[in-house]
Amino acid sequence: MGKVKRSPWLLHYDASSCNGCDIEVLACMTPVYDVERFGVVNTADPMQADILLVTGGVNSQSAEVVKQLYDQMARPKVVVAVGICACTGGVFKDCYNINGGVDTVIPVDVYVPGCAARPESIIDGVVKAVQIFQERSDAHDKYVKEHGESERNLNDPDAAAREGNPADFFDAITKTSEGSRNKEAEKK
Amino acid sequence: MEEREKKRSVVPFGPQHPVLPEPIHLDLVLEDEKVVDVIPSIGFIHRGLEDLVKKRDFNEYVYVAERTCGICSFGHGLGYVEAVEKCMNVEVPIRAKYLRTIWSEMSRIHSHLLWAGLMADAFGFENLFYQCWRLREKNLDLVEMTTGGRLIYSVNKVGGVLKDITPDMQKVILNNLSELEAELRDVYKTFMTDYSVQERTRGVGVLTKEQVHDLGCCGPYARASGVARDIRQLGYEAYGELDFEPVVSNDGDNYARCDVRLREVFQSIDLIRQAIAKIPNGELSVPVKGNPDGEAFIRIEQPRGEAIYYVEGNGTKFLNRFRLRTPTFANIPGMCETMKGCSYADIPLLVVTIDPCISCTER
Amino acid sequence: MSAKFTPKETIRVIEKDGLLREVMAMKSRGMRLSQACASYKDGKYELSYSFSDDETLDYETLRVVCDLADRIPSIHDFYSCASFYENEMRELFGVKIELIEPDYHNKLYRIKAETPFLPEDAKAEQKKQEQEISLSGADSDLDLAQAAADEKLASGKKEEK
Repeated sequence: MGKVKRSPWLLHYDASSCNGCDIEVLACMTPVYDVERFGVVNTADPMQADILLVTGGVNSQSAEVVKQLYDQMARPKVVVAVGICACTGGVFKDCYNINGGVDTVIPVDVYVPGCAARPESIIDGVVKAVQIFQERSDAHDKYVKEHGESERNLNDPDAAAREGNPADFFDAITKTSEGSRNKEAEKK
Repeated sequence: MEEREKKRSVVPFGPQHPVLPEPIHLDLVLEDEKVVDVIPSIGFIHRGLEDLVKKRDFNEYVYVAERTCGICSFGHGLGYVEAVEKCMNVEVPIRAKYLRTIWSEMSRIHSHLLWAGLMADAFGFENLFYQCWRLREKNLDLVEMTTGGRLIYSVNKVGGVLKDITPDMQKVILNNLSELEAELRDVYKTFMTDYSVQERTRGVGVLTKEQVHDLGCCGPYARASGVARDIRQLGYEAYGELDFEPVVSNDGDNYARCDVRLREVFQSIDLIRQAIAKIPNGELSVPVKGNPDGEAFIRIEQPRGEAIYYVEGNGTKFLNRFRLRTPTFANIPGMCETMKGCSYADIPLLVVTIDPCISCTER
Repeated sequence: MSAKFTPKETIRVIEKDGLLREVMAMKSRGMRLSQACASYKDGKYELSYSFSDDETLDYETLRVVCDLADRIPSIHDFYSCASFYENEMRELFGVKIELIEPDYHNKLYRIKAETPFLPEDAKAEQKKQEQEISLSGADSDLDLAQAAADEKLASGKKEEK
């Protein structure tokens, strides 16, 4: 893997999983398998996380939650689908309530098969995700260096449509504060 | 003097929360910091797998039934095949019964140690969490040696079992269990005597014996309140030939529940030793002809409590109905009852103390 | 050796109108409600209410065989934990259970499919039977009671918010 530059934080969410893959993900954090030696920490806050681990297929209730968690994470971000249910729907693909794998809702970068996925495979998947995360961070740093500003469409082509231009946002704030300063000056 | 009018607020808890491995949503109605009412919202893990009996024939369906839950997986597979065997009047060989009993107890050890770790994590004792899960790995090594899988065993089939535990494996099992038992004594001592554990668990979430009966609770949750009932006493599989008593405590609080579950791990180790000493030689399975017709109810003592399996056949290779009532489904009313009147900070502990298995509940 | 149990396991078919009486008898004998489920077979619902005796581990199941549009009363007055089972039966199978407390109004699991365990031809048959009943004007008292209970629950929720 070479040199590890940044330590990404993990967020784990269970979307209709049987719990097998979740327990194996938790087992990765414990002494015997220990994924923390790669600098990876398990966090509960989506806004602090860089890698999203999703287990289980997507059903009508969890589709919105998964999408919301993905949107709350800051870019660059990587998604890992752990277990065969998260990849394609698995054994439950024919159930009336399962839409399919996680890639029906959000873009997935790493697929880890298995039922339940073994901790060794999960660590393999996380290491790949760490590599992808480093590449994306490096690309982002390079862009900032060249253009002098953050590139918002880096991984997410829909970002521009959802968010405004950061420059406009700062302009608006400056105008408002200038406007209120002028008003106060007039009053005096 | 006028009392300040208390305002009520509704706080959502879940589905994504640090202490919950599974998504469940609770709407907590609070008056200041005290919880007045709890409205649970389940459905995040509902896959509707009971409907798959119409698309998978009764032999293949074992694999679906096992994957209802990754923690109680062996029990679900066992309950399902037992129900189909009862429906078809199939008599399983005695060696297969003993093997199923041994795997059942290994499943119980792994589940209780998993719960003990999550409980320790819930009150912030990370070191104890890691120790419990490190011991659990020893148990999982035994499972992997005998079945090939860590959580999903896939050794049950209608008519018997698919794999054997050879005498060499039995020696390894006995050695490993002795090591596990020795280290577990330290963990048990920490749980029962450590000051920080006692502060968070004594006197919290008390349920009396009458409340437990009215609310229909089962398993270690009920046994911690003095109900001396263990479905293994029915004598299914090889339990009728083993010697054990239900593990009971009378206090009914979180501390008592920790005590009951950890003592059950010691009991499981003892049961495995008894089974290995008594296991006879014989066939692993019998051939099964025909299709299930009729209905059957089976009760099994899962690590979390009494699980009920109902199978209804109609003479074809697809069953008409498979119904699984899991222990967490029966314990949720008890959980909501313990939450009324408690403080907000105790909510995560009260959720973890019923040993919730939401994927079992919602299927 | 540990104590041996030889429990009796029975399934007894009862009439729909005798359900509450039988459940009251179970309650007075100290039985615990173990599970309640529904099944669809040959054009009718088969409801099973199972009770367990904690001392002897006996297991008795009451079986109610009813038509698709029959109204079944809730047993939560005797067993408060029955509400989850009844909500599930109604949401997944479409069994017409009335006066459940608390009533989730088919939002226990919040699934998109409606009564997924009932086959399509059975759904059509159920609608037909309901129309016949409403034309004949039967069971209107239960409707009124249901409406009153719904209103009470809705106003109670508004108060809390």
